[in-house]
Amino acid sequence: MNSAEPGDRTGAVVSGQGLLVRRGGQLVLDDLTFDLAGGQVTGLLGPSGCGKTTLMRVLVGVQAVTAGTVTVLGLPAGHPRLRARVGYATQAPAVYTDLTLGENLRYFGTVLGLRGRLLAEAIAATVARLDLGGLDRRLVGTFSGGQLARVGLAVALLGRPDLLVLDEPTVGLDPVLRRDLWSLFHGLAADGTSLLVSSHVMDEAARCDNLLFMREGRFLAEAPPAEILRQTGAPDLESAFLALAVSAPPAPPAPPAPPVPQGVQR
Amino acid sequence: MNGERYASREFSPVLAGATARRVLTQLRHDPRTIAMMVAVPAVLMILLRYVVANAAVLNRVAPEYIGVFPFVIMFIVAAITTQRERARGTLERLMAMPLGKLDLLAGYGIAFGLMACVQVTLVLVISLTWLGVTVPGSAVPMAVVAVLDAVLGMACGLFASAFARTEFQAVQFMPAFVLPQALLCGLVVPRDHMTAVLRWLSDVLPLSYAVDAMQRITGSASWTSAASGDVAVILAFTVAALVGGALTLRRRTR
Repeated sequence: MNSAEPGDRTGAVVSGQGLLVRRGGQLVLDDLTFDLAGGQVTGLLGPSGCGKTTLMRVLVGVQAVTAGTVTVLGLPAGHPRLRARVGYATQAPAVYTDLTLGENLRYFGTVLGLRGRLLAEAIAATVARLDLGGLDRRLVGTFSGGQLARVGLAVALLGRPDLLVLDEPTVGLDPVLRRDLWSLFHGLAADGTSLLVSSHVMDEAARCDNLLFMREGRFLAEAPPAEILRQTGAPDLESAFLALAVSAPPAPPAPPAPPVPQGVQR
Repeated sequence: MNGERYASREFSPVLAGATARRVLTQLRHDPRTIAMMVAVPAVLMILLRYVVANAAVLNRVAPEYIGVFPFVIMFIVAAITTQRERARGTLERLMAMPLGKLDLLAGYGIAFGLMACVQVTLVLVISLTWLGVTVPGSAVPMAVVAVLDAVLGMACGLFASAFARTEFQAVQFMPAFVLPQALLCGLVVPRDHMTAVLRWLSDVLPLSYAVDAMQRITGSASWTSAASGDVAVILAFTVAALVGGALTLRRRTR
């Protein structure tokens, strides 16, 4: 699709070519072409309803695609072999509130193909990583909001996925927990995991290695935070987003944006 | 580009077993639901015994009710459980994981099938001892058919839940799907006495065969081929509802 190179830029773990998703007659993702770098935290930022969740659902294979192609870890998105290699956490924690933490982790771990000692080790490591120690026998329904959010993440991390797709994992959490989670994300990236983290809160953008600014189903920018600031000359990322949103044309043609190095919207 | 491009992985007994265990564990944490699932059919039978208060009539209608109560209760429990799984996002999470649809459906089938065994055992023991219901021949065929009815109810509930957007709607399916069947299955008026249209209607509803099978089993001391025919129809409806359920469990949404 388009004139882009076949999406295999070195290190790209996800690449999309002309990705288009129409839902109920409405264009939700409008001809997206993009690459996600491996071993980095990529932030997907944009207002509520701009298509972030739909894009993430395409990557994990639960959203049908209208046109275009998406490759994840070298396979078409949604390929059965990807199901154990891609971790996904939805906005809602999506765990069984009428099971204990241990019962949740054991069930999801088994589904991910972990058995016996491997399962026990994966659970222990994940519990430690998300600071959920001592809660093993408690019903998840009795957890606080912050604990619940961490259980949702724990399930996504359990299978040590190569790609983690996290939909607004830090929204509504207290500042200390948010800081801890961001350091966890960077820790995982340092270990080689690639992360796509969405948020509609702009002050989280600066914590990402790379940014995808999204609005109304299209990308406004695809670059590291510092580069976006330089391109737009804005004092902070929120102003940069606003500047890009204003200069972006409402319809198809490419934006007559300022001198744009590789990686910005096509 | 679209739909189910990739064939589902084949069936995994380990994952079906893990899912059954998970469903049973959820129930275990909710003793009140277990108590209701197990006790309600038995309590209804006791009530029926005193409402009827005539041994001959009770002997005739009790087996029919033993076939119907587990169906109704399993329908509602399965419909709500599945609807919750959809609404709370756990279904989507599982569909993004290496779990086959068949693993999930079989897991539900095993878990609720086991619950049905407990349920039917209790209602039968109470009916045949305390309430003095008598059956010609063994009680085993009755127990088997009652469990099959319960599993049929579960399969129908699973399928129906796909059409419920909310838990509230799922609850409404009980009067919408189940009560018409209860009226037409021969419980209230024998099916031969119905007008042609009602008779046809009752012929295409699964619960009619549950009641027919019970009538035939208690009508003669030995198993008849007509009873086998009814059981075959019950099984066919169960399979059809499960296949329908599998089709409505979409891995990818549009």
